[in-house]
Parts: sequence; C-alpha cells; structure tokens
Amino acid sequence: MAAKFDLNDDSVVVIVGSGAGGGTLGTQLALKGIRTVILEAGGRHNMEDFQNDEWASFAQISWLDPRTTSGSWRVSRDFPGLPAWIVKAVGGSTVHWAGAALRFQPHEFKTRTTYGEVAGANLLDWPITLEELEPWYAKAEDRMGVTRTNGIPGLPGNNNFKVLKAAADKMGYTECHTGNMAINSEPRDGRGSCQQIGFCFQGCKSGAKWSTLIAEIPKGEETGKLEVRANAQVLKIEHDAKGKVTGVVYADKDGAIQRQKARIVAVAGNSIESPRLLLNSASSLFPDGLANSSGQVGRNYMRHMTGSVYGVFEKPVRMHRGTTMAGIIRDEAKNKPDRGFVGGYEIETLSLGLPFMAAFLDPGAWGREFTSALDGYDHMAGMWLVGEDMPQESNRITLHADKKDKYGMPVPNVHFDDHPNDVAMRQHAYRQGMALYESVGATRSFPTPPYPSTHNLGTNRMSEKARDGVVNKWGQTHDVANLFVSDGSQFTTGGAENPTLTIVALALRQADYIAGQMAKNAI
Amino acid sequence: MRSPTSTTAQPAPNRTMHRRAFLAASATAAAATAILVSGGAILCPREAWGYETKALAPDTMRSLIRVSRDIYPHDRLADRFYAIAMKAQDEKAAADAALKELYESGMAKLDRLAKAKHDAPYAEVGWEADRVRLLHEIEADPFFQTVRGGLVTGIYNNQEVWPLFGYEGESAAKGGYIDRGFNDIEWL
Repeated sequence: MAAKFDLNDDSVVVIVGSGAGGGTLGTQLALKGIRTVILEAGGRHNMEDFQNDEWASFAQISWLDPRTTSGSWRVSRDFPGLPAWIVKAVGGSTVHWAGAALRFQPHEFKTRTTYGEVAGANLLDWPITLEELEPWYAKAEDRMGVTRTNGIPGLPGNNNFKVLKAAADKMGYTECHTGNMAINSEPRDGRGSCQQIGFCFQGCKSGAKWSTLIAEIPKGEETGKLEVRANAQVLKIEHDAKGKVTGVVYADKDGAIQRQKARIVAVAGNSIESPRLLLNSASSLFPDGLANSSGQVGRNYMRHMTGSVYGVFEKPVRMHRGTTMAGIIRDEAKNKPDRGFVGGYEIETLSLGLPFMAAFLDPGAWGREFTSALDGYDHMAGMWLVGEDMPQESNRITLHADKKDKYGMPVPNVHFDDHPNDVAMRQHAYRQGMALYESVGATRSFPTPPYPSTHNLGTNRMSEKARDGVVNKWGQTHDVANLFVSDGSQFTTGGAENPTLTIVALALRQADYIAGQMAKNAI
Repeated sequence: MRSPTSTTAQPAPNRTMHRRAFLAASATAAAATAILVSGGAILCPREAWGYETKALAPDTMRSLIRVSRDIYPHDRLADRFYAIAMKAQDEKAAADAALKELYESGMAKLDRLAKAKHDAPYAEVGWEADRVRLLHEIEADPFFQTVRGGLVTGIYNNQEVWPLFGYEGESAAKGGYIDRGFNDIEWL
C-alpha cells in the first residue's frame, strides 16, 4: 500500500521529481524503511495509456511549461520555447528514454587531468572515480535488467541495426552490437520481453523497457513507506535560521499552495528545473539562491554534443520497425585527441516516425530538397550521434527577469553556445556517419541538426571543493547538509554515454549514504 | 462530391447543384489548375471533393493550396491532402481575425509579386520554379512562416498520408513488429 504522509510530518524525506534520479532514490529509501514523499509536477499515466502517435504522445507526456532560450545554438532558433524534450509525468524522462544504459569510461571522471586546459571550458575532475562507482553500476544494471550484463542476452537486431552493423563491418569498426539496453530481451523482474513496437520514446506499452514508473515506484509503494504525489509543482525550498532546509512549498493538483515539511530534501527535477528551484529559493540567508555560495548553480549546463545522420537507400529499410535505439558503435567513444577534439562520441541507431521526421529532419526547410528526402522515408536508416560536450560557465539556466509561469514562478531561460570542441566533434561525427551509410550503398545522406535536448546535465555539479561546484561526492550540497541533488545536474562532466545508468547508480549510492547519515543522526 | 476531410465519412451533397456549380466554375477557371472556385466554395472535380470555406475567400483558399504544394511538393500526394492541411488553417482563421487578415494580405502580396513578374496571379504562374522564386522573396514573412508551420503537422500528421510514405503508424495493438518484419531486410 502506498503511504500517505501528513503535510506537517517533518520526519520524511521529500524528493522533488520522480525520474531516473528521484524515482530510484525514493524507491530505494522506502525499501530501506525510510519514509519518503516524492512530489512530481506531472500526472500519472498507466502504460496502457501511452500512445503510438508522436504528436499525441508529445502533448500527453512532454514538459511544455514555458521556457525561453538564448545563445547561438540552433535549437534556440528552431525551437525557441522548447530547449529540452523531456517528460512531465510520474517516471520523469524514464518514460521517454530509449533505454541505452552505458557506463562511463575511466577517463570521463577525470577530464581536467586527461584533457588538460581547454580554452573556454570549465573542466573539472569528478570527486569520484569509476572504481568507486563500479559496484553501483553493477547494482543498477542488475536492477534495470541491462542487456549484455548479468547474463542477459542482447536484443535481436532490427532492420535499422542491420544496416548499421553492415556499415560498421565495412568501415572496420569493431565494437558494434545491439547495445546495453534496459529493455528486456527475455522476461525478467515481472516484466515481459520487447515486442519491437518501435515507439520507445512515446512510453513503452509492453512494459519491457525499464522506467521508474513501472519498475521502481510500485515496489517502493508496496513497502508502505513511499508516497508519490502527482501534479505537485514545487515552487520553493524553505529553511530555518540555521540554514537547514525544513520543507518545500508546492502547488497541488488544484493549484492550491501547500507546504510539506521535511527532514531532508532531495532535488531531482532534471537539469533545468533543479537549478531553477534552487535559484527561486533565494532568501536573506542565501541571497543568490540555495546552495549557491559557489555561484555555480545553473552554470555549466551541458546537453551532449548531438546530431543525427539519415541515409537513403535504393531498397526499403523500414527503420521505424522495432526497438528505437538497440544498436551501437562504440569505437569513436574513446578519447583520441588526434581527431581534432577531446572526448568521444557514441553512434546509436535512431528512428523517427514520419510526423517527427518532417519536424526534425531540417527544421524550417521546405521545397524539393526537403520533400524528396521525406519521399525516401521507408528507405531510410538513421543514427544518433551523442558525445561529450564541454562544460562552460556561461552556458546556464537563469530565472527570467519578468516572464512567469502560472504559479508566478519565474520561467527558466536556457542559454547555450556550442564550444569549438563540440563543433569539431559534431563535424567529425557527421563525416563518419555519412561515410558509414555510403559504405553500404546510401544514395544520399543527411546530417541532421540537434533536436531539443534530451540529455540535460551539469547545472548543480559535483566537486571536491565547495568553491568549484554545488554538491559533494554524495550529491549533498556543500552549503546545506540536509539538501541533496539526485539527478543528472550533479554531473561534473557529461561523458559520451547516455546518462541514465549513471544517474541511477548515483541515486542508489546516495540512498545508502542518506540512510547512513540518518542512522547516525548526522542529518 | 466529398469534403476533402475524409475519403469516406462525408455525405455527398446534391449532385445536380454541384454539376451546375462545376459548369459555372469551369467557365471562369484557368486551365492551369485542377481546383475551381464556385461561389463560396472550391471544387476539385478530378479528385471529386469540394470545400466551402469558413473564413478565407475561396480564391485565397485555392491559391494557398497551390502555395502549400509548392512549399512541400510531393508528386504522389493528391491535392486533397494539401486542401485538408489548409482547411485546418481556414478553420483557425474563422476564430482569429488577425490570422485571417494575415492569410488574405499575405496572399494578396504574393499575387501582386506574381502579376508584376509574370502577369498572372500566383496560382496561374505556370512553372513551379517561377513560383518557388516568388516564395523565396517572402519566406521571412510571418505569412509564409505561418503557412509553412501549419503544414508540418497539417500534411505529415495526417494518418491517411502515412502509407504513401511507407510509414506504418501505431503498432502496439498489432503486437509490435516482433512477428511482423522488424528484421526482414534482405538486400544487405
């Protein structure tokens, strides 16, 4: 039975957000017997309610609250009010993620040491190493049922993968397979195996894909220690005179303002909302925002170097059939500075349906060059290029000076400029991607610009020293002992890999730390 | 004749009236287009549909259908798909006077440009390349951007066009593709 806690119960842990970080942390705390309330801004959908329809699903689950953008990134031109394509619903963006569950490489925890000084980049080593995180990666992989770990077979390759694999072989790439996916290739953990539906982004309707909505939160609720309050938009975190947080103010499903007291608050609203909430919680004691003595809250916003390549072939591919992202080439993920940039990128299969292909292939484009590309839709193969981008202090989330949402909370502005390293990496990735498809007979290929960000990272970053970042190696804020950050905003740097597995590993590790600190009455 | 909204659902209006309307319309229509204007409606005899506009002048509607095909030309798509996309914008304009004005004045400007250069209104300019050059002259205008933006969903989110592109849409209810060809590629 799901718990129901009193608003004045100041013994609970309050978590803001129910995605990969918040949903996992809340469930794990509940499994440890710790009374926990998750406040989720979005509604709760059952997997039966998800829709195999791109625009209808977009309207159903996306975070569409007003946001503004600035900077020279193309997303700001093409989608000025939609910097990120993430989810507002119980389960957060694990509802929409494609399931790629990759570990970071060792050097990606030590980028300042490995890459050296990169002009314009605010690089910093993580305060933890891969070795420290490995046991937690192992727990996360087991829990999420990641293929090619724990004896779980890989997913079968679909048409889009087969094209990628043939191209990888032609090009001499050696590390190509159907991925490490948190999608069941065989029944596991009470969930069935993948039916190759092809709408991973729209919420998995078979339950084969891991999400906190179906694979974590119900287990937490079963303990009687977890309450998930949907449609609860947190507006402010409150604190006492000593600077300890005491609870949160939120708007409930009816828009009424409520105050939930707390022993501990963990923020996990993704890398735009989490810093927005800390900044909006400024007070006389914390004039620049909560936990912001470093001035780093909202800064170092990363979104991964991204781009896509679609190739058109003489004969049909039908890339839309089957698992969206079960295909990867990892050879370019290594750090090989002789390519003209530091860090690396992953090459992963990707497909969009016709409605989204029309919207994203080349936003704003028209005429025959564009339509003749779409005419080849069912002859297309597609790949996503995703790599490490450079943290820059000036890429940041700020509170808009006068635009406010329906609760009167300032709208977040997302400012982003590509770093020259990001640009060089994207150009390399486009060249390799186009060469891959041409190697197996593509008659035409399209380098496609970045979509609104799905991997939002770094805006409350982890640092050894309080002056360099917002949280310590446990995700605990340097400034406030009972305030934590539990999402991808803690990332010191972004790595080349899809971030969800790392977020889950960090959340499991953080749950242990919080439980230990509570047991010692340290917080 | 049917409305362009659907291939099946609309009851056929009075055929006699439409034949009369068609005959009247064909007397004034230019040969360059398959869509005719008659009274408050546009007619496409070749595809057997007609549409009574809600907000826009029928002439404007007819020209906008030409504009929309020139923006997103797919030779395998019948005019009715462009008409359906523009119908959605006509209906929006019926509830939004500013939007209606945007379309009417935008189309009037485009016609002026066409007449100055080709001595014919936009829809009667014979070559696509000439029309596209005219569109390039106005592509930064809110008129063009509004029409184009509406077409992205108006055309490509119409489930009836999906099969023409080989896109199969909803699949969960059919059991996904696990037994329906997710890995059936043979030419590699």
